[in-house]
Amino acid sequence: MSDILTLRNLGKSYKQYPSKFSRLIEWVFPFLGIRHTKKWVIRNISFDIKKGETIGIVGVNGAGKSTLLKIITGTTQPSEGEVVCNGRIAALLELGMGFHPDFTGRQNVYMAGQLLGLNTDTISALMNEILSFADIGEYVDMPTRVYSSGMQVRLAFSIATAVRPDILIVDEALSVGDVAFQAKCFRRINDFKEHGTTILFVTHALDDIVKHCHRAILLDAGSIAMSGEPRAVVNEFRDRMFGKSKKIESSSSTNITTTADDEWQLSRQDLFHTKPLYQKIEHRWGTRAAEITDFIIKSKDESYPSTLNGSEEIEIKFRCVFHEAIKSPIFGLLLKTPDGISLYGASSRELMPDSIGSVDAGSVVDFTFKLKMHFNTGPILLSIGLTHIDELGNDEPLDRRYDAIMINIDNKKKFIGLVDAETECVIEVEK
Amino acid sequence: MLSLLMAIIRYRGFISGAVKRDFQARYRTSMLGAVWLVIQPLAMITVYTLIFAEVMKSKLPGVAGQYSYSIYICSGLLLWGFFAEICGKGSSLFIDNANLLKKVSFPRITLPVILVLTSLINFAIIFGLFLIFLVLIGDFRFMQLLLMVPVVLTTLALAAGLTMVLAVLNVFFRDIGQLFTIVLQFWFWFTPIVYPLQIIPQWARGVVEMNPMAITVGSMHDIFVNNQAPQWIPLLNVSLVGFLLMILGLYLFRRHSGDMVDEL
Repeated sequence: MSDILTLRNLGKSYKQYPSKFSRLIEWVFPFLGIRHTKKWVIRNISFDIKKGETIGIVGVNGAGKSTLLKIITGTTQPSEGEVVCNGRIAALLELGMGFHPDFTGRQNVYMAGQLLGLNTDTISALMNEILSFADIGEYVDMPTRVYSSGMQVRLAFSIATAVRPDILIVDEALSVGDVAFQAKCFRRINDFKEHGTTILFVTHALDDIVKHCHRAILLDAGSIAMSGEPRAVVNEFRDRMFGKSKKIESSSSTNITTTADDEWQLSRQDLFHTKPLYQKIEHRWGTRAAEITDFIIKSKDESYPSTLNGSEEIEIKFRCVFHEAIKSPIFGLLLKTPDGISLYGASSRELMPDSIGSVDAGSVVDFTFKLKMHFNTGPILLSIGLTHIDELGNDEPLDRRYDAIMINIDNKKKFIGLVDAETECVIEVEK
Repeated sequence: MLSLLMAIIRYRGFISGAVKRDFQARYRTSMLGAVWLVIQPLAMITVYTLIFAEVMKSKLPGVAGQYSYSIYICSGLLLWGFFAEICGKGSSLFIDNANLLKKVSFPRITLPVILVLTSLINFAIIFGLFLIFLVLIGDFRFMQLLLMVPVVLTTLALAAGLTMVLAVLNVFFRDIGQLFTIVLQFWFWFTPIVYPLQIIPQWARGVVEMNPMAITVGSMHDIFVNNQAPQWIPLLNVSLVGFLLMILGLYLFRRHSGDMVDEL
């Protein structure tokens, strides 16, 4: 197998000028020196891709994934380094961008095809194939401005993949279009794959990377943080995104036991946001008469586990510092999916009534929830909160930290839905 | 240089398609369609003729037929229109196509080629009508057609050169586009198109003769009004200016095309 795509020391920087006029000065009087500063988006990217490989690229938003893809497709020029490509690239980025709204679908097929460098005869020969794949019916001869966005994407996908490319670049953009069409797209991509097309794809669906890729590349802050076996890369990415988990050492040595104990030491200073698994998207509100300053999460053999297997029990312990005397504080917990569905919620009011009376100003209370995380694969957002009942009998939040912690579940068991009901089956056949 | 030519040849399908679509797009949604292509310059010529014919008639050199002023204004104005269309659209060429440049990878040099071809076809259509008018009034000589080819090519070189320079600069300094529309206005009135060169005071003639468009428009007047060959030396100088601008434009383009997409 030979290398079809080679990136050598690739870097992209944007020039930043201190003022509007400094660029003019730099252009007109180059001998006065350089006035811009360079902002590097990606740097020192080198890798080779062999013919027929499928490569997944992962990284948080802003890690430089799109910039890298744009350089490979050629829309953006690199500031340093080079891309050597031995084949035709088709990019499924920004599908349908080249469409002219006043022209019919058919005319736009010609236009987009010509932009890809195909000649008119080739396009005419492929026309039936393209239109039948896009399956937009009588809309073919209507101006594209009346198309739904789904139809535009379908047509654009059909054109971009009408001729099998040597390298196919797939962005998340593909998630547009209905499920049936998506399935059709993936069939076509798989077909290309079998015929030796190299595929480069970017997605946040990490399971897809593990399932489809030969190799994965993790981009972090513009450089390659890791490259290699997909599962290892995806796990590393999860650790970086959700915060690193620490393995709990066995307690055979006294020395290490103390460290483990130290980990249970929670801070009175607000260090909540410095802990692993903490999510910046947190929504925090309340009177702050008392504050949640720190937390720890433990599973059987890890503290701050970024991934659970769906059959584990965890402990969430958090520290509350009371600035004022509070009559009867309530500690609460809520588990949600990222799209906002509540999985489970409970508070000390129901779980342990009359547990704690009034708390004096200046006192510190650590509260622990122990719960079974028997859920299906996917991320879960944890919210914790501290409230009390005011004089009028209403709930008054003191410190609520919504969606403050994220834990990922990777459940090996296959079932439908969000919650593992731990079903057992019994079958009895009457003779 | 060679790679640019190769790119143009490879993307000839896209270029010809884009030129065709440019015409279709302009008139597709209107009811009269291509008729507007003719009505617009016709209206302009009518206005200028009506207003200036009376004022200028006595001052036209070698006053001949009743149509002499119309011929004078048409030959100059149509050439100016050709020049102004290329430069005017050209200065914002890359900005107007920002969406395409940012999303699709294709040789950027095709954009000015498309612009020049479109304008050339536009000019051919309108000028064709003018030639029909000349035939009708019996003032047409085939020699005129041959003589005007170098004049048009010179104008083309000048416009294309200016476009390349302005289009690149405008991406980085947007003031250039604003400034150039104003410059174009002044330039028009600074060129003897609606008035004859003779009405300009002697001391200002030298300045006007430095104006390359005054030379190309003057050549058109020589051919169609005075029925004589244009002065070749000044015309050659203008085409030289055009080529120098083109080289400068290509230099700027090659040097900055990498940064260009970042600025759009």
